[in-house]
Amino acid sequence: MTVKILEFERPIVELERQIQELKRVSATPEMSLEITRLERQAAQIQRERFASLSPWELCQLAKHPDRPYTLDYFGELLTEFTELRGDRRFADDPAIVGGLARFEGQPIVALGHQKGRNTKENLYRNFGMARPEGYRKAQRLMELADRFGLPVLCLIDTTGAYPGIGAEERGQSEAIATSLELMMRLRVPTISLVIGEGGSGGALAIGVTDRILMLEHAVYSVISPRGCASILWKDAEAERTAAEQLRMTAHDLSQLGICDEIIPEAVGGAHRGLTVTAAAIQESLRRHFAALRALTVEERLAQRYGKYRRMGHLEVVSESV
Amino acid sequence: MAWWRRKKESLERTSVEQKQSLPKGLWSKCDACGEITYTAELVQNLRVCPVCGHHHPMPTRERIAAMVDEGSWQELDTELRSGDPLGFRDSVPYRERIVKAVKSAGPGDAFASGIGSIDGVSASVGFFVFEFMGGSMGSVVGEKVTRVFERALERRIPAVIFSASGGARMQEGILSLMQLAKTSAARARLREAAIPYISVCLHPTTGGVAASFAMLGDLILAEPKALVGFAGPRVIQQTIGQELPAGFQRAEFLVEHGMLDQIVSRLEMREHLGSLLRMLGPRAAAQVVDAQGV
Repeated sequence: MTVKILEFERPIVELERQIQELKRVSATPEMSLEITRLERQAAQIQRERFASLSPWELCQLAKHPDRPYTLDYFGELLTEFTELRGDRRFADDPAIVGGLARFEGQPIVALGHQKGRNTKENLYRNFGMARPEGYRKAQRLMELADRFGLPVLCLIDTTGAYPGIGAEERGQSEAIATSLELMMRLRVPTISLVIGEGGSGGALAIGVTDRILMLEHAVYSVISPRGCASILWKDAEAERTAAEQLRMTAHDLSQLGICDEIIPEAVGGAHRGLTVTAAAIQESLRRHFAALRALTVEERLAQRYGKYRRMGHLEVVSESV
Repeated sequence: MAWWRRKKESLERTSVEQKQSLPKGLWSKCDACGEITYTAELVQNLRVCPVCGHHHPMPTRERIAAMVDEGSWQELDTELRSGDPLGFRDSVPYRERIVKAVKSAGPGDAFASGIGSIDGVSASVGFFVFEFMGGSMGSVVGEKVTRVFERALERRIPAVIFSASGGARMQEGILSLMQLAKTSAARARLREAAIPYISVCLHPTTGGVAASFAMLGDLILAEPKALVGFAGPRVIQQTIGQELPAGFQRAEFLVEHGMLDQIVSRLEMREHLGSLLRMLGPRAAAQVVDAQGV
């Protein structure tokens, strides 16, 4: 595994390297005490540093090249995953994967954006940026879920829907719009979880669900900080400031009433502990699916409508002009 | 080299001044054919060039007057104002931007919603106000659009929305994005009730507005040459690094690719909408019959 190290990860990685080195050279009792002390210190530093990451640092972490992707989580959370491909209209878009699987024994439909680990994979996956075919495949799978009464799980991890000529020709906006409307009508329980980047409409297209969950270090925004900076600041380099202003961290979305639950990641981020992170996700999904299953279809649909109907911030003046 | 550069700059400045001075005055020059028209005549012709048919930008107040039957427009939801939920500040604080936009475009934010009749058919109607922060959709616009659909459902009358927007409003962050979900939810209820909704895409309809209710009409119409698409042409060009084909994302391009039903001239829009609405809705047609006392 190639581990890319971000700036704020460096001191911790350095400390870990020293510990490894010490372990290798010596085996005296005093040294092993020292090693334990250092390990505890490293964990402490890591916990403190990661608790105070800036929005910009979180943006980096959310798209860390070693961060687990959708299929990594499927491997941990699901059994009997069977990939279902194609939109039955034009093509199969590998930027979105989905299929039938079991979650804790129960059959569900699971889907999500899928990024690539290397250049070759990324060319195939289009960096997890879906074209209309991807959203239409998602629609097909969700309709299938609805027909057979299977709960839907969507993992969100995309920079955004792909802005290309072909994507526009084949109706990128229509594909996203139709997904939004369709997800409002699904009679089955639906949960979305932002595992990395939640990039605007391309993310929301599989995110209009009964519950919106976010991993601790995930981000979710109406526009990328870079895009926002180049429009409002006329300077793409202002992206750090834009990242702060956009209020796009899991904590922000929770405060704004959009995110229903923040799921803790392994210390140092999900890429430093896939199993621990997946276990936390599993516990949360179990709880939310159980609560949603306890509702009648009518209750679920009414609650879902109410959830989105209330979103927004309005001021009302008494004297209308 | 220095003398040459200076000269070029001064030349450019003159030409910009000339261009700006024309539309303000008595005469307007058509952006498409270059024909000079008497401004009052152009306005009279709904800002459609009498020579080449080019559709010039139209102030929302003029559009409302042109699309809704005289005396029938009742604007609603005027009590709604944008707040500043994120405390957003770029070069200018968001609250200041709002104040400025209100001064230049009116207090209703980037959307005017209400009830009116279109060629005799009573409808729940909404107009994007592009003059107000580029028609961007924040919480207020999302709420008004939602109410257009809800009002149509309550009164069993068709909904018509004229869209012109750059997309979601960045200054309200994720709350703006969620307006896509909220408006599409309301639109879904209308579809289930089989109440007609016609979406009219004006120039330009892009981003989050295109990627939600504007593309969810039972019928989708557009004005000639309106730019309609998900990503803006500049973003696409930067992403793919090649020239875009001629006419890319224009209404004619969308019709060719099966994304729009029809392109309709502004001069025929109102009558055309009336005719379509009468064919779609038994309820709407019944009202016309009632009005005629048959």
